[in-house]
Order: sequence, then C-alpha cells, then structure tokens
Amino acid sequence: MVAPARTPAYDVAAGTPDPEIPTLTIEDLGILRSADYSPGRGVVVTITPTYSGCPAMREIAVDVQARLNRAGFERVTVETQLAPAWTTDWITAEGHRKLAAVGIAPPSAAPRRTGPVPLTLGRSPSPRCPQCGSPDTRLTAQFSATACKSLHRCNACGEPFEGVKAL
Amino acid sequence: MSTADMSTPADDFADNPYDLLAEDHDEGHRWAFGTGFTDPLEGVDTSVPDGLDPGALVRFCLALGDDALIYSHRLQQWVAGLPELEEETAVANIALDLLGQARLLLARAGGIVGQTEDQLAFFREEKEFRNVRLAEHADRDFAELVVRLLMFSTWRLALFESLAGVESSSGTVSSGTVSSGTGDPVLAAIAAKGVNELAYHRDYAASWVIRLGDGTPLSHAKAQAALDTLWPLMGELFYPDPDALAAVDRAAFDAILDTVLSMAGLDRPAAPPLAPVGGRAGRDGVHTEAMGYILAELQSVARAHPDATW
Repeated sequence: MVAPARTPAYDVAAGTPDPEIPTLTIEDLGILRSADYSPGRGVVVTITPTYSGCPAMREIAVDVQARLNRAGFERVTVETQLAPAWTTDWITAEGHRKLAAVGIAPPSAAPRRTGPVPLTLGRSPSPRCPQCGSPDTRLTAQFSATACKSLHRCNACGEPFEGVKAL
Repeated sequence: MSTADMSTPADDFADNPYDLLAEDHDEGHRWAFGTGFTDPLEGVDTSVPDGLDPGALVRFCLALGDDALIYSHRLQQWVAGLPELEEETAVANIALDLLGQARLLLARAGGIVGQTEDQLAFFREEKEFRNVRLAEHADRDFAELVVRLLMFSTWRLALFESLAGVESSSGTVSSGTVSSGTGDPVLAAIAAKGVNELAYHRDYAASWVIRLGDGTPLSHAKAQAALDTLWPLMGELFYPDPDALAAVDRAAFDAILDTVLSMAGLDRPAAPPLAPVGGRAGRDGVHTEAMGYILAELQSVARAHPDATW
C-alpha cells in the first residue's frame, strides 16, 4: 500500500482513538486512508471499514469530524473506501507494539492467496503469548469478543489471551 | 489541589484512554434504527457502469442482501442459547458480519432505486424479499446450525470470490485493484471484503460438522439428521437466476462439501431439492411459513414507530 500523505489535517485525524481499543489510534490500525484539503469541500477524510459489520465505523466518522472541528477545520467530509479491502497488514509497527502492551497478540502476516480460499479447519498457527512470550500456545476459539479477534491459551503460563486475526 | 488538577492531558491519556474517547464522542451517535445512521456507502462512487442493467443489479443485490439479512436474524435468535461461551461469540460475530454485508448490499440496491437500507429491510412485504428458503430455516439444534452454515457459507464464499474476481481454478487474486467479471466495482468491493469474513464462517462450520460427525454416536446421528433435513433446501442455491451477475461452480462446491462430509463420516443424502411452488421459490418471493414470523419480529418496531428518532 502507498503510505498516506501527511497533511496537517491528517495529523489531527490520525490521533483519533479506536472506539474498541482506545489506546490504539485509527492510524495505528490502518483505518485512516487519507485526509486532504480539497478546495470547495474542505477536508475530505477517507476511512476504510475493518469488517463489513463493524459498528465502530459510524462512531469513528463522528469522532474524526469532531477532532478536526476542534482543531479549526470547519468543513469536514468523512468518506468510506471499500477497495482495496482492509487488511491487518496495514496495522503499523506502533499498532503492533500497543496491542502487545494491552495483552492482545498482534496479527501475523495476512495470507496471500492465489485462487480460491482453501479450507483450513482451524489449524491456523497460534501466536506467541503476549503475557510471558512463550510460543507454546493454542487456539481455543476462532471468534472472540469482537469479529477481528480470536481466543487463545498459553500452555506455558496458563493465561488466556486474545489475538488479532490475520485478515 | 487535588491530584486530578495536577495531572496533564498526557497523564489522563495514559491513565484512562476512555476519557479521550468520551471527549470526542459526546453526541451519542450509534448505529440503530432512528438515529439517522447514514449510508454505509457514504462517499463511494455508486454510479451504475454503462452496459449494466440497473434493474438486474438491484435484484441481484437484493437477493444477496436478503440472504444475509434473514440468515443473520436466524443466527441472532441463537444468541444466549448456545452450548458454550465460545460458540456464543462465534455465532454472534458471524451474524454481525452477515448483517454488515446485508447493509452494504441493501444500500447498493437502495441507492439505485432511491431507498435507504432501512426502508428496504423494514418496510418491504414478504413477497418482495428475494432470499433463498435455506436462509429462513429455523435450526432445531446445534447440528442444524453448523450444517446449514456449512452449506450457506461454502456457497456464498464461492460466489463472492467469483464476484471479487478470484479465478476458480488457477487465476490470481488481484490486490490493490478490484477487477471483476460482474462489471460493478461496488459489488466487487463488497464481495472482496466479504470473502475474508466468509472464509472464517466456513472454517468454523466445517470444523464443527467434523467434530459432530466424527464424535459420539449421538452427535453423529444428530449431524446426519441435520444433513438429511437441510439437504432439500440446499438445491435452491443452484437454481438458475436470470439476474445473477456471477454463479457458483457446482463441482467446486461439491468438492468442498464432500471433503468435509468424508472427514465427518457423514453420508451425502440423495434427496431431491425442495420443489418451487408453481415454478416460484425464494428468489421469486415465495417463502416458507417461517418467513412471516421472521419479518414480524424483524420489522415490528420499525413499523410501529416509522418516524421514531432517538
């Protein structure tokens, strides 16, 4: 992906916290695609949904608008971009660090497929434990409290933890 | 001076990031009927490409959107009734993914005919819904839930791959740009997002069908009974649809289903598909008895308070 252009409006929008995990910003998560000044339209912010049903999109759009308004940008339009589809590969290095710091295992590299999606039957690798660092962990459920996370348990320290699913 | 007064904004953020969220978020905008929730396709170029029949595109988007809306409703009815907490979160999340797909697809159709997603979801009559009858089936037990989900998600994943431009044999997924045989870039983009979600749904369903089929004699019997019950409803997925902008290769679908059934030790039923009624089935607005009850529950609040806002 092409890194978004850094504009004054982008820097303000980039600080918007994610409603689900507010220590992460929408920039950390790769949700913010661009924020540019357009003559006649004001600031046009483009965000991309993580999952089709993500209920946070509306809240993020409102939050971005409010932040930019407070920073002095009066006319703000928030637009949705569907293609290319969001991938966990867009979560930044800072995003990975913050996820691990709150006990959520960051995602591995997203699968690069050629042709149809193969049936994997839950045998995807389980990530390193964010509590003790052990690689000896197991998947306990493909879905967790949100669609974007899975549930795991560490065989070394016994702690359950969540991981962001590679997508 | 209290400690709160001495703290800097940075301390506040470090202590409680939810404060920062509350600061941005003071007007209570939520996604719900009556809150003025905007079009999920806001800002997306939704013009219909030249050479595409807008009527057919609307009907096809309604078919796929209605499948997802009604299927999602059935899954939502399971919430708080599942055997394990892990299954609660899985089924609720799958229902949420399908609801999200329904919103995008109904918004795509509605944008062309000048209606909102809510108008299409809450104010159409039963005969105007285009979902297949498989979507409206009430699962009688967990075996039916996972067998039905395996059938539906295997078919829908293959269809969405086709819509997103994934070749069924040796082609490649184009990343960055969405190229599609459908000719509608919006539908292709919706499908490309859905593929990632449906892949998880299918794996979840397939894993459980194998665990039940290859489990105890009781779980095996229940899984086989579920398969026998649902098999006639599966055939409708493959009825020819003149409005369809993509189709699923039956042989590829069967190959996946047979792989799972063989690992599960389940027998492939031989029952014929449930016949249409006077040549008409779900896509033509002819549904099973269950559909009226679903719509009564789904639409009752919106119809009782059509102008409600909060």
